[in-house]
Amino acid sequence: MNQPTDNTTSISLVLAGSGGSGVITAGNMLLAAAAKAGWYGLMTRSAGPQIRGGEAAALLRLSSEPVSAQPDRYDLIIALDWLNFERFADEIPLDKDTVIIGDASAAKKTPAFVTEGPARRGDIDFKSMSKAIPGGRPNMIALGTIGALIGLPEDALDAALSDALAKRGEDAIAASRAGAEAGRAIAAEMPATPKLPTPEGEKAGRWLISGNEAAGLGAIRGGVRFVAAYPITPATEILEWMSPALTKVGGVLVQAEDELASINMAIGGSYGGVPALTATSGPGLALMTEAIGLAVASEVPVVIVDVMRGGPSTGIPTKSEQSDLNMALYALPGDAPHIVVAPNSIRDCVFTTQWSVHLAEAMQTPAIVLSDQALGQAKSVIAAPADIAFFAQRETATTPAEGEEYQRYAVTASGVSPMAVPGTPGCAYTADGLEHNPRGTPSGGAKDHHIQLDKRQRKTDDFDYGQHWADQAGEGDTVVLTWGSCTGPVLEALDNLAGTEQSARMVSMRLLMPAPKEQLANALEGAKRVIVVEQTHSGQFMGYLRANIDLPKNVEHHCTPGPLPIRPGDIETLIKEGTPS
Amino acid sequence: MTAETALAPKHSPRDYKSDIKPVWCPGCGDYSVLGSITKAFSELNLDPENVAVISGIGCSSRIPAYTDCYGFHGVHGRSLPLAAGLKVARPDMTVLVASGDGDGFSIGGNHFMHACRRNVDLTYVVMDNRVYGMTKGQASPTTEPDWDNALTPGGSGISPFRPLVIALAAGANFIARGFSGDQNGTAKLLKEAIEHPGFSFVQILSPCVTFRPDQKTWKDDVHDAAVDPTDEIGRAARRLMTDDGFNTGVLYKGEREAFQPPIGEATATVADLEGKFAL
Ligand SMILES: Cc1ncc(C[n+]2csc(CCOP(=O)(O)OP(=O)(O)O)c2C)c(N)n1
Ligand code: SF4
Repeated sequence: MNQPTDNTTSISLVLAGSGGSGVITAGNMLLAAAAKAGWYGLMTRSAGPQIRGGEAAALLRLSSEPVSAQPDRYDLIIALDWLNFERFADEIPLDKDTVIIGDASAAKKTPAFVTEGPARRGDIDFKSMSKAIPGGRPNMIALGTIGALIGLPEDALDAALSDALAKRGEDAIAASRAGAEAGRAIAAEMPATPKLPTPEGEKAGRWLISGNEAAGLGAIRGGVRFVAAYPITPATEILEWMSPALTKVGGVLVQAEDELASINMAIGGSYGGVPALTATSGPGLALMTEAIGLAVASEVPVVIVDVMRGGPSTGIPTKSEQSDLNMALYALPGDAPHIVVAPNSIRDCVFTTQWSVHLAEAMQTPAIVLSDQALGQAKSVIAAPADIAFFAQRETATTPAEGEEYQRYAVTASGVSPMAVPGTPGCAYTADGLEHNPRGTPSGGAKDHHIQLDKRQRKTDDFDYGQHWADQAGEGDTVVLTWGSCTGPVLEALDNLAGTEQSARMVSMRLLMPAPKEQLANALEGAKRVIVVEQTHSGQFMGYLRANIDLPKNVEHHCTPGPLPIRPGDIETLIKEGTPS
Repeated sequence: MTAETALAPKHSPRDYKSDIKPVWCPGCGDYSVLGSITKAFSELNLDPENVAVISGIGCSSRIPAYTDCYGFHGVHGRSLPLAAGLKVARPDMTVLVASGDGDGFSIGGNHFMHACRRNVDLTYVVMDNRVYGMTKGQASPTTEPDWDNALTPGGSGISPFRPLVIALAAGANFIARGFSGDQNGTAKLLKEAIEHPGFSFVQILSPCVTFRPDQKTWKDDVHDAAVDPTDEIGRAARRLMTDDGFNTGVLYKGEREAFQPPIGEATATVADLEGKFAL
């Protein structure tokens, strides 16, 4: 296990319990309270396979600075009961300074890794204490204890509690307050934890948002007004957020019968002139690949958000992995140039999804957005993302002059041909997945095929992606090359090493297809060490890089599958000590 | 029917035909179906740019390119969701979907059920020739179990299903059967189907002269439905379940409201949405 890193600016804690014990609710209240009182924070959740009633844990990290990664260690763990708690053992690194508080009435059930572990222990009789309060619940007692231990102001916690329970009425709020009060009172008897650092800056201009909500918002900012989708973990929250939001801004969401239908509906809506999106996870993307190829051939813009989870097959639906990369890049039949982009933080889910709409619409081709569970289902306090000027701008056709003929797939310098919106007189055409000539007439001729292949390739190859192809940070001749949700831990590691002999820089790729070969080669210029970081088992990202650029012979590779998050300490150790051989 | 449709048509069927020569075999029933479709459009006085013809893959699914309307020739079996997406996004368009018994009932079977249930205002025309024409003669879900072919020698051994009964059970709002040999009669059915709100399903018996020469007898087998369309689902079920598969006409007309969520009416701005996240 890694060395604990300097954690003075953040506090990390876990609240765990069996399903229905309300740990996620309490976690959300803690995050909201911290946000209200001026801290930044990140809450990820871990859940067992049960639909309801299984074990769950809220993992929080609160700080005076924006939080970009899960922590290297935890300061405090509260387990309302020990049911299946050992399932979280791998996900919750403990050390001698960790404080673990368990249910006193079930002390005998304490798992071995806790009793035999290094941590300091405290016990609270959650059951009897909550029974003593009419309507009292253990999770609210824990809430009060945590607040007192880490120094979260009482009024902020109280306000978050009242907001969250407003719909349940005064009695529920009073009972919860009483519970929290009791929890606060007993905190003095527990081993001490570090306190939150003093908050910095103004909370105005900050948002509390999940990655999935952020992706939905980015899509709407970009102009998406039609969504068709089929529910799947961990993407469903995008849809549940977008459904009412779209209605408000004049758009619509249709629940389809399956992913084959969702992608085809989205293509149909976009063909009708309304920017369209579907969201799914790996199994759904697999079903969509044929129709994404149709969108390439018929040149219909559409955005597909894949919130990746552990695979293959049903895999680990509730946990994160970056292993759909190959599928997003290579699964379409034929030579099918399309866009693949990846957000690298919860905040960036807004930008990258908005950008993907712009790219799809500008190039009239599908864009796949590779988010993942670690971003999508995590909630964070972020600096409000500025609204960039990207909005769906499709080049449309107008009625041709007398004697002229509209050609849907006209060969142009950029490869992009004006697309007629149905209803435009004189431009009727048939969009086709069959190869065709510039007019759109089906053609299996070698010449037409070659011309249209060139045209479609040109669209994405010659487009100016500007500086958005990657985010770069840090300094030094060691370059950490990464993408997606691995970016957060890399950034934190770089931050910790800044100004030391080991200071390094990061290139986090946002544009994956078309591969930005030149930009990447330039960014790696002069690098003495290149370290590739990804969350797969087989090294999909490394394979992709090798196919597109010359990497130095001594390239290093940090490649671990989900569901364990990559932690800042992993990267720091790697930079300091090299890849273990 | 609107007052407009009573006026003399301003478009002739020719206005809806493209100059692309069909790939079909001489004598294929689908030529006549194309004629019925363009005739129905002209009788309804639809402006070609406000009509979209959507399809999947198969001989029958080639129809969009042969019309001079907006069209989409998609992938095999997925014409219905493609069309539903278009219609929900663009309720002002008249959307007709063309399919075959393989495209519509086999690979697209799930979408068929859900399109009936969803009841988007579409007209779904399935040219049923009880064979996969395009892939050169395999059994489809409507093929007789003993029809001999290379892929399932001696026949598939599987009973055909009754698409009209499935449509009724799944909630289609209009169910009719036509015969490609009766171009005017089929045009009339299509006209009615397009005008009827919600999901209208029209099965058109359209012989495949190449792989099912035995279907020559269909012209003698078809007969007009003996009774008028019913709106009573129980009667329709009995009727569709027991018919011989050759009675033509409008068989069921329901009154379910079409599925069309509002689109284009904003009550808030994007900034309003963002306000919910602000601390
Ligand atoms: C995914 C996929 N599977 C298989 C095919 C091959 N295929 C093309 S058309 C067809 C069957 C068409 O039969 P039908 O819908 O009855 O139309 P017909 O040709 O008889 O008019 C098949 C299997 C394909 N194009 N795509
Ligand atoms: S194979 Fe059959 S269905 Fe296809 S064009 Fe020829 S006759 Fe028509």
